[in-house]
Amino acid sequence: MGSNITLTIDGQTVSVVEGTTVRAACEQVDTFVPTLCWHENLSPANACRACVVEVKGSRTLVASCSRIAEEGMVIETNTSRVANARRVVAELLTSTTDYSTAPELLNLVELSSADPGRFSGGSTWEQPVKDDNNLYIRDLSKCILCYRCVEACGDDAQNTFAITVAGRGFDAHIDAGFGRTLPESDCVFCGNCVAVCPTGALMGKTEWTLRSQNKWDETQITTTDTICSYCGVGCQLSLHVMNNEIVKVSSPMDHPVTHGMLCVKGRYGYQFVQVEDSASV
Amino acid sequence: MGLATVFGSGGGTSSYEDFHNTDLILLVGSNAAEAHPIIFHHIMKGVHRGAELVVVDPRRTLTTRRAHDHLQIHIGSDIALANAMGHVIIRDGLWHRDFVAQATSGFDAYRASVAEWTPERASEITGIPASRIESLAYRYATAKRAIIGWTLGITEHHNAVDNVFALINLALLTGHVGRPGSGLSPLRGQNNVQGGGDMGALPDRLPGFQSVRDPEVRAKFEAAWGVSLSSEPGWNQTQMFDAMQAGRLKGLYVIGENPIDSEANGHHMRSLFENLDALVVQDIFMTATAGMADVVFPARVSFAESDGTYTNSERRVQRVKAARQGPGQSQDDLWIVTALARAMGVPWEFKDAANVFDEMRHLAPNFRGMTYERLEKFNGLQWPVPSEDHPGSPVLHTRLWESPVDPKVPFTPVDWQPPVETPTEDYPFMLTTGRRLAFYNTGVQSNGYDHPHNIGEWLEIHPHDAEMLGVADGDTVAVISRRGRVEVPAYYSSNVSPGIVFMTFHFPDHVETNLLSIDATDPKSGTAEFKATAVRIEKRQ
Repeated sequence: MGSNITLTIDGQTVSVVEGTTVRAACEQVDTFVPTLCWHENLSPANACRACVVEVKGSRTLVASCSRIAEEGMVIETNTSRVANARRVVAELLTSTTDYSTAPELLNLVELSSADPGRFSGGSTWEQPVKDDNNLYIRDLSKCILCYRCVEACGDDAQNTFAITVAGRGFDAHIDAGFGRTLPESDCVFCGNCVAVCPTGALMGKTEWTLRSQNKWDETQITTTDTICSYCGVGCQLSLHVMNNEIVKVSSPMDHPVTHGMLCVKGRYGYQFVQVEDSASV
Repeated sequence: MGLATVFGSGGGTSSYEDFHNTDLILLVGSNAAEAHPIIFHHIMKGVHRGAELVVVDPRRTLTTRRAHDHLQIHIGSDIALANAMGHVIIRDGLWHRDFVAQATSGFDAYRASVAEWTPERASEITGIPASRIESLAYRYATAKRAIIGWTLGITEHHNAVDNVFALINLALLTGHVGRPGSGLSPLRGQNNVQGGGDMGALPDRLPGFQSVRDPEVRAKFEAAWGVSLSSEPGWNQTQMFDAMQAGRLKGLYVIGENPIDSEANGHHMRSLFENLDALVVQDIFMTATAGMADVVFPARVSFAESDGTYTNSERRVQRVKAARQGPGQSQDDLWIVTALARAMGVPWEFKDAANVFDEMRHLAPNFRGMTYERLEKFNGLQWPVPSEDHPGSPVLHTRLWESPVDPKVPFTPVDWQPPVETPTEDYPFMLTTGRRLAFYNTGVQSNGYDHPHNIGEWLEIHPHDAEMLGVADGDTVAVISRRGRVEVPAYYSSNVSPGIVFMTFHFPDHVETNLLSIDATDPKSGTAEFKATAVRIEKRQ
């Protein structure tokens, strides 16, 4: 543990441990900073710019998710410059992206008073859903390139490195290498990318199918935390059950064993519990 | 088994979090990236923070690909490696003199036992260059903190417990146990294998690792249960199979196991089961074993419909909770066992899992401080938890660093023996078995979902070997051992060395791998040598 440093956030003096990010310092004094790409268990990617704040003496706005707090820093989280930046971020994203299953983006639109139609009529990321396996789909029309999936697949959790951002500018997209399908790629189908995706661009096949049939009903889903029945790691599973059928499996992000991450068996290997079998007489 | 003998309790000494804060992680016979993927996340967290990862495995795996150093050891030669490391550490004065003097016994005998184990001798047996053995010995001994982890590559051998002793000796020699970031960590193969042992599903133990030979322990359980208990340990699995062979064991009640598919030497196993007078099987599926039963209790309740606890590989006891209803009149295992007892004339009450847990914790000191409420609140607790205000024990055996140490922990000198089967002219290949990431054991659970890589079983064979046999990539071959013959598609793979072939037993309906494997078992643990079977491979005509 490092020593403490002191900074000012919206006029309030705050003391935090050295190494704390500006965003975490804000959280410590209950100052809300919106985020999209930031995730509690992943390295900051600095992609979305939703979390920008003003730092006195800095020419540009600063991404609070990754900027480390410094002694004597003066932070403003709610200036008109900050509000304008957030609003434009929301307006640009909503003009290109299908945000129908992105609660955090919807939230940003609302709190920044953005006009989602402001830049409509330009290019969008609309494209067919990539449905190349029966465990999860990729709907890149909904992708905001937040990098969370790339981090989770890479050295923040899975260490498989099956996906990355390919292309430049408007052609940038998440790719499994040379445009391959997932079964052809290095993907091991752990679904940890799905677990951290904030927009529903990555979605379990079961959930996606039920949604497309208008049968996905959050009010009918119960969630029960239990322990996986496969190997001896002891991962906590949250079983999402609708009409007595498991429709999704996740894990709490703050669980000390999983940190929200699972393997393919834990996340997708549950069908055996609901297969009727000759042993049931 | 090895840990219980040396330390008095059979649990890993570290926590997963210790992998984050250590300097060297030595995995022996473990493919954690595929068999324990989420533990591997913890391991890689440590690696990204600067820990060195060394993997000892005869095969290349997803785990070895992330290792700084992969020692591609000959099958079944782990003791030669460990003893040579011990030899170098002593020869060059690298052992932890204070720890050895204060906390251990039997050092002189150990020192004598490794005196002949020069790196050069070990190199001939392991196939690892002597310089790399020496280098690893130096790095392990001089690391500030180091953890040894192992899995079935160590324990599925006829000398499994000796393999474990050899690793424990290294930790005792260097003081890499009983401290944060230093320890011995067996990665358990099945979700509650630790919990089964915790609860006394061992021939010589009552719940909480308490010995049936201890009269005080027996008296406590006799008073609680109102029955008298035998002071004689029961049989382990090998002894049970021997008794079945000799006709001394005539009735068997199997709960949630599928030994016909999972045990070695499948033809022989089937004949043992056919000779039983009565076989009762309780399972959620009509497994191959259930198919042979006189009576099947359809326990139509999986983990998702059950209440209770599991214990994981870091001794963390966690709550299991029902998330859905089982079909119809289905009942869980606890109900079925109780109903069976009542049918046999014992007036057991129908209790729920919470009642049973409560009874257990009052009889087992290591678990006394665990209540269902506390397990819930703290995401499980790591035993021992002696009282209800105890936070649990992330690191075991810290007492070894507090003077005086009583009792001291013993070195257990072990000598290397080759696997029971080694390559011969008739059986020139070594078959080793293991897991693949997406699948599990006999497939009862993992064959229920639609994984894109599910092509059934296949044989991994080195391209040189395959070409020599005239086998093309994807050809079906016959694999023949002294006990059985299977046919399986063979695919070229440079993950195995020439002379070694690899299969799993995940698809017994497709390929009954365990018809081949050898039932040479460790007399102490009862585990068979699944990792080393001599086979011949024939191109199918």
